[in-house]
Amino acid sequence: MARTDVQLMLDVKAGDEQSFALLLHRYRTPLVNFLYRMVRNREQAEDLAQEVFIRVYRARADYVPSAKFTTWLFRIATNLALNSVRDTRHQRMEVSLDAPVTVDSEEGDERRIDVAEKNPNIEEHLVQEAQRDMIRHAIDKLPEKQRAAVLLHKYQELDYGEISKILSCSESALKSLLFRAYETLRVELAPLVALRAKN
Amino acid sequence: MSCTRMETRLLGYIDGRLKESEQREMEKHLAACPACTVRVNEFRSVSSLLDELPQIEPSAAFDVRVRARIAAEPVKQNWWSWVGAAPRVLVAASMLLLATVWVGHRPADNANMASSNSGDETQIMQDQDLPVLENYDVLANFEPLTELSQADSTDDSSEQEM
Repeated sequence: MARTDVQLMLDVKAGDEQSFALLLHRYRTPLVNFLYRMVRNREQAEDLAQEVFIRVYRARADYVPSAKFTTWLFRIATNLALNSVRDTRHQRMEVSLDAPVTVDSEEGDERRIDVAEKNPNIEEHLVQEAQRDMIRHAIDKLPEKQRAAVLLHKYQELDYGEISKILSCSESALKSLLFRAYETLRVELAPLVALRAKN
Repeated sequence: MSCTRMETRLLGYIDGRLKESEQREMEKHLAACPACTVRVNEFRSVSSLLDELPQIEPSAAFDVRVRARIAAEPVKQNWWSWVGAAPRVLVAASMLLLATVWVGHRPADNANMASSNSGDETQIMQDQDLPVLENYDVLANFEPLTELSQADSTDDSSEQEM
Protein backbone atom coordinates (compact mmCIF):
# COMPACT_ATOMS: atom_id res chain seq x y z
CA MET A 1 0.00 0.00 0.00
CA ALA A 2 1.41 3.41 -0.99
CA ARG A 3 2.56 5.59 1.86
CA THR A 4 0.72 8.87 2.45
CA ASP A 5 2.39 12.21 1.88
CA VAL A 6 2.76 12.72 5.64
CA GLN A 7 4.37 9.30 6.10
CA LEU A 8 6.78 9.99 3.26
CA MET A 9 7.68 13.40 4.65
CA LEU A 10 8.26 11.96 8.14
CA ASP A 11 10.55 9.38 6.55
CA VAL A 12 12.41 12.18 4.78
CA LYS A 13 12.77 13.85 8.17
CA ALA A 14 14.31 10.62 9.46
CA GLY A 15 16.87 10.72 6.65
CA ASP A 16 15.27 8.52 3.99
CA GLU A 17 16.30 10.04 0.65
CA GLN A 18 14.21 7.53 -1.29
CA SER A 19 11.03 8.91 0.29
CA PHE A 20 11.96 12.37 -0.96
CA ALA A 21 12.40 10.94 -4.45
CA LEU A 22 8.88 9.50 -4.23
CA LEU A 23 7.44 12.89 -3.21
CA LEU A 24 9.33 14.51 -6.06
CA HIS A 25 7.87 12.01 -8.53
CA ARG A 26 4.36 12.41 -7.12
CA TYR A 27 4.20 16.21 -7.25
CA ARG A 28 6.57 17.47 -9.93
CA THR A 29 3.95 17.45 -12.70
CA PRO A 30 1.13 19.15 -10.75
CA LEU A 31 3.60 21.73 -9.42
CA VAL A 32 5.16 22.52 -12.80
CA ASN A 33 1.71 22.85 -14.37
CA PHE A 34 0.38 25.10 -11.62
CA LEU A 35 3.46 27.31 -11.82
CA TYR A 36 3.44 27.35 -15.62
CA ARG A 37 -0.17 28.53 -15.65
CA MET A 38 0.71 31.19 -13.07
CA VAL A 39 3.88 32.62 -14.64
CA ARG A 40 3.34 31.59 -18.30
CA ASN A 41 7.00 30.74 -18.84
CA ARG A 42 8.06 27.11 -18.91
CA GLU A 43 11.67 27.60 -17.86
CA GLN A 44 10.70 29.89 -15.04
CA ALA A 45 7.99 27.45 -13.93
CA GLU A 46 10.54 24.64 -13.68
CA ASP A 47 12.99 26.84 -11.77
CA LEU A 48 10.26 27.76 -9.31
CA ALA A 49 9.14 24.13 -8.96
CA GLN A 50 12.71 23.12 -8.18
CA GLU A 51 12.87 25.87 -5.57
CA VAL A 52 9.68 24.49 -3.96
CA PHE A 53 11.25 21.04 -3.59
CA ILE A 54 14.50 22.50 -2.24
CA ARG A 55 12.58 24.43 0.42
CA VAL A 56 10.66 21.31 1.37
CA TYR A 57 13.95 19.44 1.68
CA ARG A 58 15.55 22.19 3.78
CA ALA A 59 12.58 22.22 6.15
CA ARG A 60 12.59 18.45 6.66
CA ALA A 61 14.23 18.53 10.11
CA ASP A 62 11.51 20.80 11.49
CA TYR A 63 8.58 19.18 9.67
CA VAL A 64 5.45 18.68 11.76
CA PRO A 65 2.31 17.32 10.07
CA SER A 66 0.05 20.10 11.37
CA ALA A 67 -1.59 20.57 7.96
CA LYS A 68 -2.03 18.56 4.79
CA PHE A 69 1.18 18.17 2.84
CA THR A 70 -0.44 19.59 -0.31
CA THR A 71 -1.50 22.69 1.60
CA TRP A 72 2.09 23.28 2.66
CA LEU A 73 3.52 22.43 -0.77
CA PHE A 74 1.17 24.68 -2.73
CA ARG A 75 1.47 27.46 -0.22
CA ILE A 76 5.20 27.60 -0.93
CA ALA A 77 4.50 27.37 -4.67
CA THR A 78 1.83 30.09 -4.60
CA ASN A 79 4.02 32.50 -2.66
CA LEU A 80 6.92 31.96 -5.06
CA ALA A 81 4.63 32.36 -8.07
CA LEU A 82 3.00 35.54 -6.76
CA ASN A 83 6.42 37.07 -6.04
CA SER A 84 7.67 36.06 -9.48
CA VAL A 85 4.64 37.47 -11.28
CA ARG A 86 4.94 40.78 -9.47
CA ASP A 87 8.69 40.96 -10.13
CA THR A 88 8.46 40.23 -13.84
CA ARG A 89 5.21 41.99 -14.66
CA HIS A 90 7.00 44.84 -16.43
CA GLN A 91 9.14 42.40 -18.42
CA ARG A 92 6.27 40.48 -20.00
CA MET A 93 6.16 41.02 -23.74
CA GLU A 94 2.96 41.06 -25.71
CA VAL A 95 2.80 38.64 -28.64
CA SER A 96 2.61 40.43 -31.95
CA LEU A 97 -0.15 39.37 -34.29
CA ASP A 98 2.41 39.50 -37.15
CA ALA A 99 4.70 37.00 -35.46
CA PRO A 100 4.79 33.48 -36.90
CA VAL A 101 2.25 31.17 -35.31
CA THR A 102 3.91 28.62 -33.06
CA VAL A 103 2.20 25.60 -31.60
CA ASP A 104 3.00 23.77 -28.36
CA SER A 105 2.53 20.09 -28.87
CA GLU A 106 1.57 17.91 -25.91
CA GLU A 107 5.24 16.96 -25.48
CA GLY A 108 6.16 20.63 -25.16
CA ASP A 109 7.96 20.98 -28.49
CA GLU A 110 7.26 24.00 -30.61
CA ARG A 111 6.64 23.77 -34.35
CA ARG A 112 6.26 26.65 -36.74
CA ILE A 113 3.08 26.30 -38.76
CA ASP A 114 2.49 27.86 -42.16
CA VAL A 115 -0.98 29.37 -41.94
CA ALA A 116 -1.30 29.25 -45.73
CA GLU A 117 -1.51 25.45 -45.67
CA LYS A 118 -4.90 24.14 -46.74
CA ASN A 119 -4.72 20.87 -44.79
CA PRO A 120 -8.03 20.64 -42.83
CA ASN A 121 -6.34 18.79 -40.00
CA ILE A 122 -3.95 21.67 -39.56
CA GLU A 123 -6.82 24.17 -39.72
CA GLU A 124 -8.72 22.26 -37.08
CA HIS A 125 -5.60 22.15 -35.01
CA LEU A 126 -5.12 25.89 -35.43
CA VAL A 127 -8.69 26.57 -34.34
CA GLN A 128 -8.24 24.41 -31.30
CA GLU A 129 -4.96 26.09 -30.47
CA ALA A 130 -6.49 29.54 -30.93
CA GLN A 131 -9.21 28.60 -28.44
CA ARG A 132 -6.60 27.39 -25.99
CA ASP A 133 -4.69 30.66 -26.40
CA MET A 134 -7.90 32.53 -25.66
CA ILE A 135 -8.42 30.50 -22.47
CA ARG A 136 -4.80 31.02 -21.41
CA HIS A 137 -5.08 34.73 -22.12
CA ALA A 138 -8.28 34.97 -20.08
CA ILE A 139 -6.57 33.25 -17.12
CA ASP A 140 -3.54 35.54 -17.52
CA LYS A 141 -5.74 38.61 -17.27
CA LEU A 142 -7.08 37.60 -13.87
CA PRO A 143 -5.55 39.33 -10.85
CA GLU A 144 -2.85 37.06 -9.38
CA LYS A 145 -4.81 35.92 -6.36
CA GLN A 146 -7.94 35.12 -8.40
CA ARG A 147 -5.74 33.25 -10.87
CA ALA A 148 -4.14 31.20 -8.12
CA ALA A 149 -7.58 30.45 -6.64
CA VAL A 150 -8.94 29.23 -9.99
CA LEU A 151 -5.88 27.09 -10.72
CA LEU A 152 -5.86 25.51 -7.27
CA HIS A 153 -9.62 24.92 -7.38
CA LYS A 154 -9.84 23.65 -10.95
CA TYR A 155 -6.61 21.79 -11.61
CA GLN A 156 -5.44 20.68 -8.18
CA GLU A 157 -8.99 19.95 -6.98
CA LEU A 158 -8.17 21.18 -3.51
CA ASP A 159 -11.07 21.84 -1.16
CA TYR A 160 -12.05 25.34 -0.08
CA GLY A 161 -10.46 24.93 3.34
CA GLU A 162 -7.09 24.07 1.87
CA ILE A 163 -7.18 26.84 -0.74
CA SER A 164 -8.15 29.42 1.87
CA LYS A 165 -5.14 28.39 3.99
CA ILE A 166 -2.85 28.57 0.96
CA LEU A 167 -4.10 32.05 0.06
CA SER A 168 -4.31 33.19 3.69
CA CYS A 169 -7.96 34.17 3.55
CA SER A 170 -11.25 32.99 5.04
CA GLU A 171 -13.38 30.42 3.25
CA SER A 172 -16.09 32.98 2.58
CA ALA A 173 -13.49 35.37 1.12
CA LEU A 174 -12.20 32.55 -1.05
CA LYS A 175 -15.68 31.68 -2.37
CA SER A 176 -16.18 35.35 -3.21
CA LEU A 177 -12.76 35.42 -4.93
CA LEU A 178 -13.62 32.34 -6.99
CA PHE A 179 -17.02 33.70 -7.93
CA ARG A 180 -15.48 36.95 -9.23
CA ALA A 181 -12.82 35.00 -11.14
CA TYR A 182 -15.35 32.78 -12.88
CA GLU A 183 -17.53 35.79 -13.59
CA THR A 184 -14.58 37.48 -15.33
CA LEU A 185 -13.74 34.32 -17.26
CA ARG A 186 -17.38 33.99 -18.29
CA VAL A 187 -17.21 37.47 -19.85
CA GLU A 188 -13.74 37.00 -21.43
CA LEU A 189 -14.65 33.63 -22.90
CA ALA A 190 -18.20 34.63 -23.93
CA PRO A 191 -17.75 33.59 -27.61
CA LEU A 192 -16.52 30.15 -26.60
CA VAL A 193 -19.15 29.84 -23.87
CA ALA A 194 -21.88 30.67 -26.41
CA LEU A 195 -20.44 28.10 -28.83
CA ARG A 196 -20.51 25.49 -26.12
CA ALA A 197 -24.08 26.38 -25.18
CA LYS A 198 -25.15 25.84 -28.82
CA ASN A 199 -23.54 22.42 -28.87
CA MET B 1 -32.56 32.32 -1.22
CA SER B 2 -31.62 35.59 -2.91
CA CYS B 3 -29.45 35.76 -6.04
CA THR B 4 -26.67 37.48 -4.05
CA ARG B 5 -26.64 34.73 -1.45
CA MET B 6 -26.55 32.15 -4.21
CA GLU B 7 -23.33 33.59 -5.61
CA THR B 8 -21.11 32.18 -2.84
CA ARG B 9 -22.69 28.74 -3.23
CA LEU B 10 -22.73 28.57 -7.00
CA LEU B 11 -19.34 26.90 -7.48
CA GLY B 12 -19.97 24.55 -4.58
CA TYR B 13 -23.21 23.56 -6.31
CA ILE B 14 -21.42 22.92 -9.61
CA ASP B 15 -18.67 20.96 -7.79
CA GLY B 16 -21.22 18.92 -5.83
CA ARG B 17 -19.70 20.10 -2.54
CA LEU B 18 -22.82 21.56 -0.93
CA LYS B 19 -24.61 19.99 2.01
CA GLU B 20 -27.86 18.29 1.15
CA SER B 21 -29.99 21.09 2.62
CA GLU B 22 -27.98 23.73 0.72
CA GLN B 23 -28.26 21.71 -2.49
CA ARG B 24 -32.07 21.58 -2.17
CA GLU B 25 -32.20 25.32 -1.47
CA MET B 26 -30.12 26.05 -4.58
CA GLU B 27 -32.28 23.87 -6.82
CA LYS B 28 -35.40 25.55 -5.49
CA HIS B 29 -33.93 28.97 -6.32
CA LEU B 30 -32.75 27.93 -9.78
CA ALA B 31 -36.18 26.56 -10.61
CA ALA B 32 -37.58 30.06 -10.06
CA CYS B 33 -34.68 32.21 -11.38
CA PRO B 34 -33.79 32.00 -15.12
CA ALA B 35 -30.91 34.49 -14.76
CA CYS B 36 -29.16 32.36 -12.13
CA THR B 37 -29.84 29.22 -14.17
CA VAL B 38 -28.08 30.81 -17.18
CA ARG B 39 -25.20 31.81 -14.92
CA VAL B 40 -24.85 28.26 -13.55
CA ASN B 41 -24.78 26.85 -17.09
CA GLU B 42 -22.19 29.40 -18.21
CA PHE B 43 -20.00 28.69 -15.19
CA ARG B 44 -20.18 25.01 -16.10
CA SER B 45 -19.06 25.90 -19.65
CA VAL B 46 -16.13 27.91 -18.28
CA SER B 47 -15.11 24.96 -16.12
CA SER B 48 -15.33 22.67 -19.14
CA LEU B 49 -13.22 25.10 -21.24
CA LEU B 50 -10.55 25.14 -18.52
CA ASP B 51 -10.35 21.36 -18.89
CA GLU B 52 -9.17 21.84 -22.48
CA LEU B 53 -5.80 23.25 -21.47
CA PRO B 54 -3.32 20.42 -21.88
CA GLN B 55 -1.01 19.40 -19.10
CA ILE B 56 2.71 19.80 -19.70
CA GLU B 57 5.37 17.36 -18.58
CA PRO B 58 8.45 18.50 -16.68
CA SER B 59 11.61 18.38 -18.77
CA ALA B 60 13.78 15.27 -18.72
CA ALA B 61 16.43 17.09 -16.69
CA PHE B 62 14.06 18.27 -13.96
CA ASP B 63 14.77 15.50 -11.44
CA VAL B 64 18.49 15.66 -12.14
CA ARG B 65 18.53 19.41 -11.42
CA VAL B 66 16.62 18.98 -8.17
CA ARG B 67 19.02 16.25 -7.02
CA ALA B 68 22.03 18.36 -8.00
CA ARG B 69 20.74 21.27 -5.95
CA ILE B 70 20.09 19.01 -2.99
CA ALA B 71 23.59 17.54 -3.24
CA ALA B 72 24.97 21.09 -3.14
CA GLU B 73 23.07 21.87 0.06
CA PRO B 74 25.36 22.29 3.11
CA VAL B 75 25.21 19.30 5.43
CA LYS B 76 23.61 20.21 8.74
CA GLN B 77 25.78 19.11 11.67
CA ASN B 78 24.65 18.99 15.25
CA TRP B 79 27.02 18.80 18.19
CA TRP B 80 26.48 15.06 18.49
CA SER B 81 27.77 14.37 15.01
CA TRP B 82 31.48 14.57 15.87
CA VAL B 83 31.01 11.85 18.48
CA GLY B 84 30.11 9.28 15.88
CA ALA B 85 32.74 10.57 13.49
CA ALA B 86 35.70 10.45 15.93
CA PRO B 87 35.31 8.02 18.83
CA ARG B 88 39.05 8.15 19.58
CA VAL B 89 38.76 11.88 20.04
CA LEU B 90 35.94 11.28 22.50
CA VAL B 91 38.01 8.75 24.48
CA ALA B 92 41.01 11.08 24.60
CA ALA B 93 38.87 14.00 25.69
CA SER B 94 37.25 11.92 28.42
CA MET B 95 40.62 10.80 29.78
CA LEU B 96 41.89 14.38 29.77
CA LEU B 97 38.83 15.51 31.67
CA LEU B 98 39.26 12.77 34.27
CA ALA B 99 42.94 13.63 34.70
CA THR B 100 42.10 17.30 35.19
CA VAL B 101 39.51 16.46 37.83
CA TRP B 102 41.93 14.11 39.65
CA VAL B 103 44.76 16.66 39.71
CA GLY B 104 42.41 19.32 40.96
CA HIS B 105 41.28 17.23 43.92
CA ARG B 106 44.73 15.82 44.88
CA PRO B 107 46.08 16.92 48.40
CA ALA B 108 48.43 20.04 48.14
CA ASP B 109 51.44 19.08 50.53
CA ASN B 110 52.68 16.62 53.24
CA ALA B 111 51.87 18.94 56.20
CA ASN B 112 48.28 18.85 55.29
CA MET B 113 48.50 15.08 55.02
CA ALA B 114 50.03 14.84 58.53
CA SER B 115 47.42 17.05 60.09
CA SER B 116 44.67 15.16 58.44
CA ASN B 117 46.14 11.93 59.81
CA SER B 118 46.01 13.19 63.43
CA GLY B 119 42.31 13.77 63.17
CA ASP B 120 39.72 16.49 63.18
CA GLU B 121 40.66 17.98 66.54
CA THR B 122 44.20 18.79 65.44
CA GLN B 123 42.85 20.29 62.22
CA ILE B 124 40.46 22.50 64.18
CA MET B 125 43.27 23.68 66.44
CA GLN B 126 45.48 24.54 63.48
CA ASP B 127 42.65 26.50 61.88
CA GLN B 128 42.24 28.47 65.08
CA ASP B 129 46.00 29.31 65.25
CA LEU B 130 46.11 30.70 61.70
CA PRO B 131 44.98 34.26 62.58
CA VAL B 132 47.66 34.42 65.32
CA LEU B 133 50.41 33.18 62.98
CA GLU B 134 49.48 35.79 60.44
CA ASN B 135 49.86 38.69 62.97
CA TYR B 136 53.54 39.80 62.91
CA ASP B 137 53.23 42.07 65.95
CA VAL B 138 52.11 39.12 68.04
CA LEU B 139 54.93 36.98 66.74
CA ALA B 140 57.58 39.62 67.32
CA ASN B 141 56.62 40.00 71.00
CA PHE B 142 55.94 36.36 71.66
CA GLU B 143 58.22 35.44 74.56
CA PRO B 144 58.52 31.70 73.85
CA LEU B 145 59.86 32.51 70.38
CA THR B 146 62.44 34.96 71.79
CA GLU B 147 63.57 32.26 74.23
CA LEU B 148 63.73 29.85 71.34
CA SER B 149 66.02 32.05 69.33
CA GLN B 150 68.42 32.24 72.30
CA ALA B 151 68.29 28.45 72.68
CA ASP B 152 69.08 27.96 68.97
CA SER B 153 72.15 30.13 69.09
CA THR B 154 73.41 28.12 72.16
CA ASP B 155 72.94 24.81 70.28
CA ASP B 156 74.76 26.07 67.23
CA SER B 157 77.80 27.04 69.24
CA SER B 158 77.91 23.66 71.01
CA GLU B 159 77.73 21.82 67.65
CA GLN B 160 80.61 23.81 66.29
CA GLU B 161 82.78 22.83 69.24
CA MET B 162 82.05 19.15 68.41
